[in-house]
Amino acid sequence: MHRGGMSALSLEAVSCTFVSRDDTAQRYTAVRDVTLSVGAGEFVSVVGPTGCGKSTLLNMAAGLLQPSTGQVKVFGEPLTGINKRAGYMFQAESLMPWRTALGNVMAGLEFRGVADARAQAEEWLKRVGLGGFGDRYPHQLSGGMRKRVSLAQTLVLDPGIILMDEPFSALDVQTRQLMENEVLALWAAKKKAVLFITHDLDEAIAMSDRVVCLSAGPASHPIGEFRIDLDRPRDVAEVRATPRFVELHQAIWQVLRDEVLKGYQQQLAA
Amino acid sequence: MNKWTLRGWQLALLIAVFVLWHLLTAPGLLPPFLFSDDRQAAFFFGEPLKIFARIWAWFVTNADIYQHLGVTLLETVLAFGIGTVLGLACGLWLALSPLAAAICDPYIKALNSMPRVILAPIFAVWFGLGVASKVALGVTLVFFIVFFNVYQGVKEVSPVVLANARMLGANQRQLLRHVYLPSATSWVFSSLHTSVGLAFVGAVVGEYLGSARGVGYLILQAEGSFDINTVMAGILVLTVFALLLDAVVGRVEKRLMKWQPGTSENEKV
Repeated sequence: MHRGGMSALSLEAVSCTFVSRDDTAQRYTAVRDVTLSVGAGEFVSVVGPTGCGKSTLLNMAAGLLQPSTGQVKVFGEPLTGINKRAGYMFQAESLMPWRTALGNVMAGLEFRGVADARAQAEEWLKRVGLGGFGDRYPHQLSGGMRKRVSLAQTLVLDPGIILMDEPFSALDVQTRQLMENEVLALWAAKKKAVLFITHDLDEAIAMSDRVVCLSAGPASHPIGEFRIDLDRPRDVAEVRATPRFVELHQAIWQVLRDEVLKGYQQQLAA
Repeated sequence: MNKWTLRGWQLALLIAVFVLWHLLTAPGLLPPFLFSDDRQAAFFFGEPLKIFARIWAWFVTNADIYQHLGVTLLETVLAFGIGTVLGLACGLWLALSPLAAAICDPYIKALNSMPRVILAPIFAVWFGLGVASKVALGVTLVFFIVFFNVYQGVKEVSPVVLANARMLGANQRQLLRHVYLPSATSWVFSSLHTSVGLAFVGAVVGEYLGSARGVGYLILQAEGSFDINTVMAGILVLTVFALLLDAVVGRVEKRLMKWQPGTSENEKV
């Protein structure tokens, strides 16, 4: 595994334990001893069964959550508070419903007091194919369009690191593939470090340079790491048919299958 | 049914009510079946024609209601404005500082469950019989409606939207301005119809309990001399203005809340 120079984002032996507010004896360790790094310009996916703490991992990388032990480093610097170098695309609806599409894309620039916020935001709306939709409110846009707005909202700030938490899981298959290709194209142009969380192995392989598998929770931790040596640029729909893709898929699935079953059993038991 | 036919039917219903009222109360029109004297119905329920004549005199021939109406509306608007601002400020503050909320919780509940109309005499003592005491009463009514809605609104800000705004670089003040406040405002607007109505109630009840001016004062005076027609005329005028205020609120709400899905659908009925 080759990692040139300093990594953009690194989680160093981080654990996260949640304590129940009512009963402090009740503890739940979501992730334990996770060490993971994303090089500058690298696209890393984390896959794992449902409830394995993938989002917890991402929230720690974003600085929204403090790790209980271990530390997060951003371009070599230990992270305190919100990760200002990172953009975060959430799984759930995250747009401000009282702002128009343009207003939402502008928000981050406005918070930073950038002078030509409007021009930059308009530019990015065009880039995600929503040039004519700037004055629409989120509820007037389709699910796919809202995700594009979120994408523009994140990318307009030109973050060094992009964190994505199953951003396309709510979309239908066609829209999803379109969005995946768009994200890949935008990423290829700027080469940001991406930490991408998904439960969809196909998506992970099709998009990433590297796929990390997490074990089932509680106390989940990485159990396997695979380099994806498929050629770029890729088309997420076409790449799935290549023999190498199938090989990788089988190899990763070997590792993941038991964990998925374990996670499923736990959910049934709960 | 299209809009105009609907309006037509609504108007027809209104006219029917007044016609029935007239038939049942006008002396000598129908043989008396409830009262021994056919003047008694008119005495207790008023006569629509005389009521309209009274209203006509108020607005056109004498033109002497405007100062009273002006006072009542001024009290309503002031009570509404002050109550809303105070409710908004306190709601935001308590929702964002859990400790203060925990300490104040029982007192807020107590104040809210107290029948606040009973404060009117105290306000009359404190602020006199002028506008201020009515505004104070209206404020106590409006404040809690807005306060609880804002409190709820801030508590129910989507955690994802909040986390997203933080990731986009919003500091505490910007979160307040761009996330909490708009979210709370939507809740305030949902309560606006109620709170304008209550501001109006505060003004009129305040006047009724002691004043020298206002529509509530006119009604009180008329009642003192058993002039039921004037009382009814006052009630009609108040009703029409309450409807107008509500329509204004509806307009404002539609303009400011256009980001919310389905406000236009909610406007029906």
